[in-house]
Amino acid sequence: MYEHDVIVVGAGGAGLRAAIAAHEAGADTALVSKLHPVRSHTGAAEGGINAALQEGDDWELHAYDTMKGSDYLGDAPAVETLAQDAPEETMHLEHWGMPFSREEDGRVSQRPFGGLSYPRTTYAGAETGHHLLHTMYEQVVKRGIQVYDEWYVMNLATTDEPDPNDRECHGVVAYDVQSGNIEGFKANQGVVLATGGPGQAFDHTTNAVSCTGDGHAMAYRAGAPLEDMEFIQFHPTSLPSTGVLISEGVRGEGGILYNSEGERFMFEYGYANNSGELASRDVVARAELTEVDEGRGIEDEYVHLDMRHLGEERIMDRLENILHLAEDFEGVDGLVEPMPVKPGQHYAMGGIETDENGQTCIDGLYAAGECACVSVHGGNRLGGNALPELIVFGKRAGRHAAGEDLGEAEIRTGYGDDAEDEDDTEFPVTPGKAGLDEVDEAIAADGGVAADAEGLLERAVERERARVDRLLDRDEGVQHAEIRSKLQQAMTDYVNVFRTEDGIKKALEIIRECRQEYQNVYVDDPSRTFNTDLQHTIETRNLIDVAETIALGALVRNEFRGAHWRQENQIRDDENWLKHTMVSWDGGEPSVWYRPVILEGQDKTYEPKERSY
Amino acid sequence: MSTQQQEPETQEAPKDPDMKGAQSPQDRRLAEKESGAIDEESEKQAELEGETVHIKVFRYDPEVEGKQEPRFDDFHVPFEKGMTVLDAVMYARDEYDSSLTFRHSCRQAVCGSDAFFVNGKQRLGCKTQISDLEQPVRIEPLPHQEVVKDLVVDMSHFYDQMHAVEPYFQDEDTPDVNDLEEQRQSPENREKIKMSSRCIWCGACMSSCNIAAGDNKYLGPAAINKAYKFAMDDRESEEIKEHRLRILEQEHGVWRCQTQFSCTEVCPKDIPLTEHIQELKREAVKKNLKFW
Repeated sequence: MYEHDVIVVGAGGAGLRAAIAAHEAGADTALVSKLHPVRSHTGAAEGGINAALQEGDDWELHAYDTMKGSDYLGDAPAVETLAQDAPEETMHLEHWGMPFSREEDGRVSQRPFGGLSYPRTTYAGAETGHHLLHTMYEQVVKRGIQVYDEWYVMNLATTDEPDPNDRECHGVVAYDVQSGNIEGFKANQGVVLATGGPGQAFDHTTNAVSCTGDGHAMAYRAGAPLEDMEFIQFHPTSLPSTGVLISEGVRGEGGILYNSEGERFMFEYGYANNSGELASRDVVARAELTEVDEGRGIEDEYVHLDMRHLGEERIMDRLENILHLAEDFEGVDGLVEPMPVKPGQHYAMGGIETDENGQTCIDGLYAAGECACVSVHGGNRLGGNALPELIVFGKRAGRHAAGEDLGEAEIRTGYGDDAEDEDDTEFPVTPGKAGLDEVDEAIAADGGVAADAEGLLERAVERERARVDRLLDRDEGVQHAEIRSKLQQAMTDYVNVFRTEDGIKKALEIIRECRQEYQNVYVDDPSRTFNTDLQHTIETRNLIDVAETIALGALVRNEFRGAHWRQENQIRDDENWLKHTMVSWDGGEPSVWYRPVILEGQDKTYEPKERSY
Repeated sequence: MSTQQQEPETQEAPKDPDMKGAQSPQDRRLAEKESGAIDEESEKQAELEGETVHIKVFRYDPEVEGKQEPRFDDFHVPFEKGMTVLDAVMYARDEYDSSLTFRHSCRQAVCGSDAFFVNGKQRLGCKTQISDLEQPVRIEPLPHQEVVKDLVVDMSHFYDQMHAVEPYFQDEDTPDVNDLEEQRQSPENREKIKMSSRCIWCGACMSSCNIAAGDNKYLGPAAINKAYKFAMDDRESEEIKEHRLRILEQEHGVWRCQTQFSCTEVCPKDIPLTEHIQELKREAVKKNLKFW
């Protein structure tokens, strides 16, 4: 068994920042990640970091833009914390040597981004995430923080009191991909989940193959609610054949969208008369699909993004990476022709419910970054707001887990007296567990409650070893790839940009089938050495749990807010829906409930206004 | 995509080595476009439509009977427009043999997980179009590293070398973070370090280097390039630059490089690695540091 004060799971932007912060606070800290840190998907972020750095800009403007962008589903204490802390955290990166793009006077460059009232997106070419990731990994190396790379965390070791608010997390169980050994990692002070997004729940996604919602699923099954999962951002400019992302920076620099008629549709059809291409992402994604649906798409599938008029010099200076991506993954030369683009799953606004210190309702369990929902992004994330979230809330989670006092949080977590139960919606199938979990049953029958943290961890390790043995021993059934592909297709077909009640119900039925099929899943590769078949099979279970919460949220929320559009009720319904959707696992019988959004900020209340661009 | 990757397999005409250093990747793309090379490419893609692609993949597993002796497995994968080497091995894994093992994640040439030895050359699987390659396409793990299983190699030596050059920014005089004051850097200086900062740690360069193959202590092109990024960054002081040069001019440092350009040729991010190493040699001489 390994033992540290703080265990950080995942080593992308949020995980690295949490580890640095916990280490600086004096905690013995370790990073445990299924990938080597520099392989993390933060590296694919292109656009930039929103931070109010310049004279004339102000954190309050940043907070206002973020709240408006969220369609008034962000919690003000989280939104304001983000806007206040982002400048200092961006400066830390600069002081750690991050190669930001520069102005003539030597200061860091900032550019306009969608939904921003001031050009405050701080960038490093069109590869900001790559530089942020490598710069922070350098700092981890400098500090000698222990990294267990290619260790796949399979489960949490939490106590099992009936009320999740009474539970404690004492560590994790991880699987050494290289050797196949399964070991316990005891966390004396806290576990920080920083496992990234669940994009692989969808078929057409900009996310890496590794983005399988592992942290979401583990926290959910341990009792932490998942919040606002229906809010999925579809990025308007992904390449049609692969889903590879073309940065919003292209539109920020002046790139234009055209339909098959050569019309600049964002203006000509009135989707966004003021901001045009730089309207919020959900607005642009819906506009593109509407164009395609109305017969003005190219090859009935996509629209064109044109940047030729920016000129070679400017493109090479600020967007060179985009030329490589378009060339390598779509065979298109952005200097001589427009690039084909369509909406692709890009980001999950929802996630593991936390407060502004990164804490979940389970004592000792934290979450930060895309896997968390603090909630900053509400119904829709603005471009350039993901990277500051990683560094601001990664740091807070790390410090708090290491025992620093950050003051009492204003955001509440866990089911409590402000909860409102969902009891209007009929589900087409019962969500949750499909039959008995034989491993859990066997271990439960084996003995009573563990007396201490070590005992708890030992039992958790035993359980995961039994689960793996079972997957490896079985030699017939269904393979995970088949189930995963069916799940992804259902989500992209029915829980995409445009959603209908019937479609979402269909998705829930297919998810149920996937669960049932998963009962008979087996791993064909018998090897203990680098068994990715085994790892992917475990990931697929996580994807099923996460996809189900996305579909449940989409079904109950019968309104149109931010990225979530419902055919049956195409208006934002503030009277009934200024509240977060929560899904709790409840031991395998999920329940849906709501918690009011917090619109009261430090000095002012954010009154919901129409979100027009 | 760079012509360096296409040439060996797709062009019959003799290679012109002078072309490589002189042209930027963008120039090359435009030149290709004019010469119709890209049209040829799409023709090739069209030819393969409806066909299968034959790949031969290296297999090895130290603990599974029948795989302990390395062998090649043949797979025939249905071709789709735009199919990359990574797409092909993923298809083979998901449809034919789930034990086929390789690292991969982002699919867009930024995570650096999937450098393989494809038809005798180090390439990133995700950014190599399969239609550009001669069939059967031979896919092997990176040479000069221990094979863990199938296409997975042990990267620990590569990471050790990367860590050996103190790969982190060092300056004691950064402004107080509360003042929100950045260190100034000219756009020119930022441009100077731009290419070096693009490294994705894929290990292709190290695997292609004869010197690294023969001298296990040689820092290798990727680590030296990492040091270059810091040494050329004006935000670090002269003193620290000298300290970095001392690390680089040691017995197994820059002077080992024999300018064979193999690293530069295989780099999927077009980093001029050999040039960076040469520049550091010159800097070391300027500073009167002894050389081996």
